[in-house]
Amino acid sequence: MALTKHKISKELKNFTLNFGPQHPAAHGVLRLVLDLQGENVLRADPHIGLLHRGTEKLVEYKTYLQALPYFDRLDYVSIIAQEHTYSIAVEYLINIKVPLRAMYIRVIFLEITRLLNHLLAVSCHALDVGAITPFFWGFEEREKLIEFYERVSGARIHAAYIRPGGVACDFPVGLSSDIHLFCESFRVRLDEFEELLTENRIWKQRLVDVGIVTASEAANWGFSGVLLRGSGFQWDLRKNMPYEVYNEVDFSVPVGTNGDCYDRYLVRIAEIRESLSIIMQCLNKLPSGPVKVSHKTTSPSRKELKHSMESTIQHFKFFSEGFSVLPGEVYIATEAPKGEFGVFLVSDGSSKPYRCKIKAPGFAHLQGLDIMAKGHLIADVVTIIGTQDIVFGEVDR
Amino acid sequence: MSENGKPKLDHPVFAAVKQAFPGKRLRGTEFRGQASLVVDPDDCHAVLKFLRDDDAMSFNLLSDVGGVDYLNYPTSMPGRFGVYYMLVSHKNDWRFFVKTYVNPSIPTDGVDEDPSLYVDSATDLWPGAEWPEREVFDMFGIRFRNHPDLRRILTWTEFPAHPLRKDYPLRGRGEREDYRVVDRTNS
Repeated sequence: MALTKHKISKELKNFTLNFGPQHPAAHGVLRLVLDLQGENVLRADPHIGLLHRGTEKLVEYKTYLQALPYFDRLDYVSIIAQEHTYSIAVEYLINIKVPLRAMYIRVIFLEITRLLNHLLAVSCHALDVGAITPFFWGFEEREKLIEFYERVSGARIHAAYIRPGGVACDFPVGLSSDIHLFCESFRVRLDEFEELLTENRIWKQRLVDVGIVTASEAANWGFSGVLLRGSGFQWDLRKNMPYEVYNEVDFSVPVGTNGDCYDRYLVRIAEIRESLSIIMQCLNKLPSGPVKVSHKTTSPSRKELKHSMESTIQHFKFFSEGFSVLPGEVYIATEAPKGEFGVFLVSDGSSKPYRCKIKAPGFAHLQGLDIMAKGHLIADVVTIIGTQDIVFGEVDR
Repeated sequence: MSENGKPKLDHPVFAAVKQAFPGKRLRGTEFRGQASLVVDPDDCHAVLKFLRDDDAMSFNLLSDVGGVDYLNYPTSMPGRFGVYYMLVSHKNDWRFFVKTYVNPSIPTDGVDEDPSLYVDSATDLWPGAEWPEREVFDMFGIRFRNHPDLRRILTWTEFPAHPLRKDYPLRGRGEREDYRVVDRTNS
């Protein structure tokens, strides 16, 4: 049948494209349904839940200590930040204060976690838009940081190091000086890293003026962390609602001006520099003393176990029944590398959490993908997913 | 909480809300320095709107929306299900919680629509409430009036339960075992 001219000039309808869930730039299991007009995105509808493991339900059936490692497995690139939030939520419910040395150790490792996260975020973002070298360089540095995790907790990734009542154990000999040496050399590595990207023509072409979020949009959509600060919002929970010893260290909160992907990249790099400064300050101030409270929320030491019957009983009770927590409800939010990570914990007085609601920053960011991607080209969607720093462990929980 | 164990209700939000809503049933609570306000489900939207729009309050960010099922909770609560709005005021560095409670009128082991499990949606105040409210619907079966797109979010559309309800067993009701097996004879 011959095509008439009338039929050929028929209006082309928008078409719908499935992006993912098995797309290398989708950072895991994101399934995006994109309505396209040519190459322009009219609407982006993320479908999530493919990595849903029911963490919140599982935690209700575990003791307070057993629930802790689940938090490592939410956002598996900012591990310690999440177990820290959970730990202080439990400490709030019991109403205990951890020793000063434990607080400093916590801050050192929280900032190491921030380095880990931002290095992955920036280098994977570069990989998404086509630059592979920053990925290799960033991961070499991450490897060294993961080694610090290993030396302090025995695990490379899922550390379970910060626990209710303090930290699991004190620094091994020589760790402080090694972290110091790392920070010294890492400044140079970061300069090299920036040389690859900051003034790179292709990098700027892909990032500048892509995915602009205004300050009011960012607040309306519940954004937090770098996505809020990149739009010029001076808001950092470490400054505005300080926890641990963040009010005793000196650091600044970098903010962007345009709210585009490039600003968020610059904010991340600036935050890495601030984190290095915080780590150095904490190492210099690190006091001596115990690293956990001697309370029912921590297990007795090996030494006590050998000499005291009560400690043996406590040790057994601690690891079998767990410790009970006063009834009440608290919501604790901290500045995790990706944004505001919150834990809403309800206790009924038993040794298991009654309800644990996890507020993941990526969840709020991903629902804003639609407004960020609207009107951009399909290739820019990849840039925007990269700048949001999505990890599906925490989005799907 | 103060020394004598009574909640300290000196958060400035309490006075402002009390003044703006005379005659409404409101109850302020406080625990470990965190203030929250319990409101009736019908007043929830109005209170949230006031907290967002009032210049002195200006809770411009909705941090999260959460649900709790209080079945078998030792303390008696105003209702079986709680819906929590967690607000942040960037201007005042405040964090505040608005809680509302609803009671089911039909058995809670299914997914049928329950006319009494309804709360007004906050999506017109903060568009970012969309997904958290979808999650509360998915997990607890609480529906939100005027929500633009109330679908399940983490589980799949046909999932026959609301899994975070306390009467839903940890290991499920066989959803994973009863999958329809597709092979070459019946596909």
